[in-house]
Amino acid sequence: MSEAEIEKLEIAFEQKITDDVRIEPKDWMPEKYRKTQIRQISQHAHSEIVGMLPEGNWISRAPSLRRKVALLAKVQDEAGHGLYLYSACETLGVTRDDLYEQLHTGKAKYSSIFNYPTVSWADMGAVGWLVDGAAIINQIPLMNTSYGPYARAMVRVCKEESFHQRQGFEIMLKLANGTEEQKEMAQDALNRWWWPSLMMLGPTDAESVHTEQSLRWKLKRKTNDELRQQFIDQTVPQAEVLGLTIPDPDLKWNEERQSYDFGPIDWDEFWQVVKGHGPCNKERISARVGAWERGEWVRDGAMAYAAKKEIKKAV
Amino acid sequence: MKNNWPLWEVFIRSKNGLEHKHCGSLHASDAEMALVNARDVYTRRMEGVSIWVVESKNITATNPDNNGELFEPAQDKVYRHPTFYKLPDELKHM
Repeated sequence: MSEAEIEKLEIAFEQKITDDVRIEPKDWMPEKYRKTQIRQISQHAHSEIVGMLPEGNWISRAPSLRRKVALLAKVQDEAGHGLYLYSACETLGVTRDDLYEQLHTGKAKYSSIFNYPTVSWADMGAVGWLVDGAAIINQIPLMNTSYGPYARAMVRVCKEESFHQRQGFEIMLKLANGTEEQKEMAQDALNRWWWPSLMMLGPTDAESVHTEQSLRWKLKRKTNDELRQQFIDQTVPQAEVLGLTIPDPDLKWNEERQSYDFGPIDWDEFWQVVKGHGPCNKERISARVGAWERGEWVRDGAMAYAAKKEIKKAV
Repeated sequence: MKNNWPLWEVFIRSKNGLEHKHCGSLHASDAEMALVNARDVYTRRMEGVSIWVVESKNITATNPDNNGELFEPAQDKVYRHPTFYKLPDELKHM
């Protein structure tokens, strides 16, 4: 293709973005758009898959059958969300195996929040309430992202996600209204999950290397700082309903901004976790790689069986 | 890595009377497994009463590069739409 032809395609592409016409898999797109999109969607898919691990840990120890079926359904949804997203990502010309390989070798990132441990049942409440709450805030604008398959996957994900947050909040509510010890458990979980949840919405706009281009291409529709503020403003009144205290002495309503001011975030901790030095990074990846390796004989067996059936059919 | 499960496209009829609609894709070793996986991945909340799966490689699609010659000719054939025809105002229903 000549340079003039590429320029014509680029102009047509930018026009589609301006007009809010979705980009579909076989449409021409700049190589950088494709790469950025693969990175963003695959990170999202990996987060869903790794996100099953901290909760899967508690399924067998849920305190009642009601809690158990709900947690099981939530974890199953996360598997589903990972699969929707992987298949959306594959439409960009990357294979599922490449994507797994990137996750397993640490080349691809996933949400840093899943590198924190879930040490008590109250953590199931805090994760559902805060982590899924932050995820929803991040995901809702993505229903309008410019890449068609991603946007469609996000519509389904968002529809399913709202029960996740409610089941978490319900766990917190029960504990917060329980015995003194249960209330302490809930407060302890909030103390540990609050700051990582704020960090989960990504580095500040000034530090975020991808934000500007991603906004321009409508891959992202809001900046990290906007999403974070929205999350805080939405969550503070929920904590009040629970009667729990958000662990930030600087948290204060700002009448002028009609928003909450909040204290400084420990970004050193965030980057430490992103770079692989969080409390559970190694454990999460080894659990994931282990599951993949232990499943190899099943995958091979299924293919051998399918091939055998084909031969039988031909005879 | 040679033993990869092939990719399947999934189509779901949400209720009788409506058509099957594409909803996504998944990997499975054969058609039977593709149906079972599609049921778990795409119909966890009563989204469907019927599922079709088609191996992705069997789908032939138009190329968006040819959209001009394929779809634009319909744009200037306004006489294919009822609004093209002028009718007297006193005519109440047609």
